[in-house]
Amino acid sequence: MTETATRTVGTSVKRTEDARFLTGRGRYTDDLHRPGQVHACFVRSPHAHARVLDVDGAPAMAIPGVVAVLTGADMAAEGIGGLPCGWQVIGKGGVPMQEPPHPPLALDRVRTVGDAVAVVLAENRHAARDGAEAVVVDYDPLPAVAHVADAARPGAPLVHDDVPGNVCYDWDIGDKAAADAAFAGAAHVTRLDLVNNRLIPNAVEPRAALGEYDPADGSYTLTTTSQNPHVIRLLMCAFVLNLPEHKVRVVAPDVGGGFGSKIFHYAEEAVVTWAAAKVGRPVKWTADRSESFMTDCHGRDHVTTAELALDAEGHFVGLRVRTLANMGAYLSTFASCVPTYLYATLLAGQYRTPAIYAEVKALFTHTTPVDAYRGAGRPEATYLLERIVEKAAHELDMDPADLRRRNFIQPDQFPYQTPVALAYDTGDYEASLNRALDLSEYAIFAERRAASEAKGKLRGRGLSCYIEACGIAPSAVAGALGARAGLYEAAEVRMNPTGSVTVFTGSHSHGQGHETTFAQIVADRLGVPMANVEIVHGDTSRIPFGMGTYGSRSLAVGGSAIVRAMDKIIDKGRKIAAHMLEAGEGDVEFSDGAFRVAGTDRSLTMGEVAFQAYVPHNFPHDTLEPGLDESAFYDPANFTFPAGTYVCEVEVDPDTGRVSVERFTAVDDFGTIINPMIVEGQVHGGVAQGLGQALLEGCAYDDDGQLMTGSYMDYAMPRAADIPDYRFDFTCTPCTHNPLGAKGCGEAGAIGSPPAIINAILDALEPLGVEDIAMPATPLAVWQAIQDARAPARAAE
Amino acid sequence: MYAFEYHRPSSIDEAVALITSDDIQFLSGGQTLIPTLKQRLAMPDALVDLGGIEALRGIRREGDHVIIGAGTRHAEVAASDTVAGAIPALAHLASQIGDAQVRNRGTIGGSVANADPSADYPAAVIGLGATVRTNRREIAGDDYFQDLFTTALEPGELITEIAFPIPEVAAYAKFAQAASGYAIAGVMVARMPGGAVRVGVTGAAPYALRATALEVALAADFSPAAAKAVTISADGLNSDLHATPAYRAALVSVLAARAVAACGG
Ligand SMILES: Cc1cc2nc3c(=O)[nH]c(=O)nc-3n(C[C@H](O)[C@H](O)[C@H](O)COP(=O)(O)OP(=O)(O)OC[C@H]3O[C@@H](n4cnc5c(N)ncnc54)[C@H](O)[C@@H]3O)c2cc1C
Repeated sequence: MTETATRTVGTSVKRTEDARFLTGRGRYTDDLHRPGQVHACFVRSPHAHARVLDVDGAPAMAIPGVVAVLTGADMAAEGIGGLPCGWQVIGKGGVPMQEPPHPPLALDRVRTVGDAVAVVLAENRHAARDGAEAVVVDYDPLPAVAHVADAARPGAPLVHDDVPGNVCYDWDIGDKAAADAAFAGAAHVTRLDLVNNRLIPNAVEPRAALGEYDPADGSYTLTTTSQNPHVIRLLMCAFVLNLPEHKVRVVAPDVGGGFGSKIFHYAEEAVVTWAAAKVGRPVKWTADRSESFMTDCHGRDHVTTAELALDAEGHFVGLRVRTLANMGAYLSTFASCVPTYLYATLLAGQYRTPAIYAEVKALFTHTTPVDAYRGAGRPEATYLLERIVEKAAHELDMDPADLRRRNFIQPDQFPYQTPVALAYDTGDYEASLNRALDLSEYAIFAERRAASEAKGKLRGRGLSCYIEACGIAPSAVAGALGARAGLYEAAEVRMNPTGSVTVFTGSHSHGQGHETTFAQIVADRLGVPMANVEIVHGDTSRIPFGMGTYGSRSLAVGGSAIVRAMDKIIDKGRKIAAHMLEAGEGDVEFSDGAFRVAGTDRSLTMGEVAFQAYVPHNFPHDTLEPGLDESAFYDPANFTFPAGTYVCEVEVDPDTGRVSVERFTAVDDFGTIINPMIVEGQVHGGVAQGLGQALLEGCAYDDDGQLMTGSYMDYAMPRAADIPDYRFDFTCTPCTHNPLGAKGCGEAGAIGSPPAIINAILDALEPLGVEDIAMPATPLAVWQAIQDARAPARAAE
Repeated sequence: MYAFEYHRPSSIDEAVALITSDDIQFLSGGQTLIPTLKQRLAMPDALVDLGGIEALRGIRREGDHVIIGAGTRHAEVAASDTVAGAIPALAHLASQIGDAQVRNRGTIGGSVANADPSADYPAAVIGLGATVRTNRREIAGDDYFQDLFTTALEPGELITEIAFPIPEVAAYAKFAQAASGYAIAGVMVARMPGGAVRVGVTGAAPYALRATALEVALAADFSPAAAKAVTISADGLNSDLHATPAYRAALVSVLAARAVAACGG
């Protein structure tokens, strides 16, 4: 990278966007009010499964202020399609996944609580809600199935009549024969059954959508809470509304958190866009919190059996995994790839396990669709692997750190081809482990355990050595695995005539701080002050076609695209400078924001060159175009592979079952770091979410498919007081294949932390004979586990 | 929320006179009632806001009692020198209700009128043997809570204040539900002048009640160990996502022991 006078990369520059957010000047979808807009309220099914015999909107139309009642039949009559899935998984024997239709408004059947059957448009929110209550829907309730293990049972109610056994796909990866052979010859086999608990994302800002139609030119604008406006435009135009995309603009303004839940194309987006043309007025919808709980895609929800085979020296020789994955009632945008390519491909972890075989059966249930949620598949893989490795260590009476060390892929083995498709480019797992053990004062744990015991508390310690594949994704790999799109990223860098820079990126910031991080990269590379760099994102009419933000890809992929565009700016600038300085292009060097003729004192600043680019009085027409504005599409050569070690220490109160996280140490290798403060913030938030999954959050449905945790009265999110002080450090092996050396940091905390926490709880409870605990390890669950472990002991007395 | 009429009287008599049907309700801090209205779970014709009635506000000491006006906010009880001086356990209890916003709006009268099975104040009403005073009569705490969200109040009856006897020593131990912050179980233990021990339990059963087994054990030996040794029957205790009856039963003894420890017992 070019040397510049004021380097910002690697320093904790304060976030530029925060001034706007902290002073209430953020502009979110719900802040927008268009002249003449009407408000939408959806009529949602109270049943998990029912036939819809009739939808009568007439009583709603009688309510003052109600403008229209639109139903699924109205959409169907206009040939409107269903919401598509963006990733095709091909199962065993070449059988493609089942893709039952997902109409934006239900037709003759509702398949989950919250399924919309109609939308009421009215002059204000209250009238819309009154109208929605007045719509008379005649439901014929049918038996429902909510839990994935139940959906797999013979005779389970069918979610889609033409999807036998509720099976979306039955897929496998790896070499079964090799894995079986490894088990046959194993000295020890560790077995583990586990559930990866279903989660509800809970972004601070509820989803919202505002549709507008301009009859003057037949154009549409959708403003929506999205992580990837271009993807929404593509899916909505091409698959749902059949609109020409040049007539459709999708804007995602400030967005208050997504965590994956705002990647997907949701029914409400299509409905408000369509309805705006239908009634000739802008149509706005904002979810209330209850709707968020019911209709934002949920995350996780796996039931898994795993077996790890070891040889006599404690080397992993084989891993077999069987997982049932809950898809919910319909296939959401990326649902199918989460429990396959984002999950089973990670089952090698940081280890040299030579033979791995995994089977994943995805099933439909009468529940909210399940899709990517912070980490998406990788937390499930990490949880499985790091639980079973820790269990093996306990069974073999080995130090869990030593067992891991014995099996790590070694630094000289990279690039490393795993048996489950991925090729890791680089890493040094032992470096992170050692640093984490040091920072956590691993060696003197016994002292802390004794201190806790003196207070009547049980102290435990757990490790987790995670790896994730992010920087999603190399298009060729993604395509080979079933992605229906490429997963590159786009950027345009525009030097303005007076030397300031406008950067247009296809990535989307909804809390990540791109306006700061990306500006740091640009300022350093082009040698301009950060204040002169503007990052533009989130509007399909302004930015080049980009794939958006998810899978910790913004910096590694989106940032790399910006670097590529800047390379072109510098190349073009060099041509202009050579012309102006009357030097050969090869003699002009660029550094510190200036073009210099080598070996002379003749130079021009980037600003001077930019000005000339737009005032090209004597450019040679045939060889030099005016302007200094370049774009690049960057398609990564590989995933990036952040990895690290987390160490958690907990105290358990054996009387109440309450767990408190006393110490949490995170050492991550994210490759090159642009802004350490922002990265640390990402890890803090990620670990908090992982702590939520491990200790607090459990989405519960009853057997009839009613959502039991539909509000904050019953669904517990972590609060500040639940979060420990972190001990925190980085190690660094730069990514080998992108120009920044960056790997991505957005999901690591949520991926790596749950097994560390659960392992710590099990370590604490081991003296009581507790061998397993399910997430979330609520006080009730922990107390119950203690009672159950004591019961046989009592019975034996 | 559905539309409703709104009244803001300035006296108790005016307020009571405005209640002319079952579809007209008092509004105090609104922390329970307003969310209910927003979710459209209730459709009152009118609300009678008690916030303008000075007579319902305030904390005072009367001999061996602390009297708290029904309209007094949780935050005021938590911060009151009078309460802290006479019954610190009550101030501590109030400081643990909900969050700061809730404590700055919610009132003791609203909480006791509402009789949520997992609310905190009911443990104090029972545990301290308080008297609920209304515009019509005085109701002994032991007779006041009758069932889930059901009290001895008659339609249109207004709680005016609550009189708490000052104990020799008392403490409240709460085990909060992680999501809502309400009590999975909460136990107020008090030793009254003369030595009688009272134990009020909230959260565990459909309504707050005395734990007589604990009272007997603690009367004999006011120690944490004595409380912990008492086995509470799980019969009839609440069951939900967050706690089984057996868990609640176990918590009651554990919390009683912690409250006794906090009493210095
Ligand atoms: C987020 C949240 C968390 C909470 N956490 C807790 C907690 O941890 N512990 C806890 O105990 N509570 C908790 N609460 C409840 C809170 O304490 C409420 O303040 C209380 O339940 C009701 O009091 P209020 O003044 O808000 O009454 P309102 O909501 O105004 O009224 C409640 C009911 O009482 C009636 N009423 C009010 N005043 C009188 C009166 N003087 N006479 C007769 N009837 C009357 C009303 O008509 C209504 O039916 C929580 C509430 C919220 C929103």
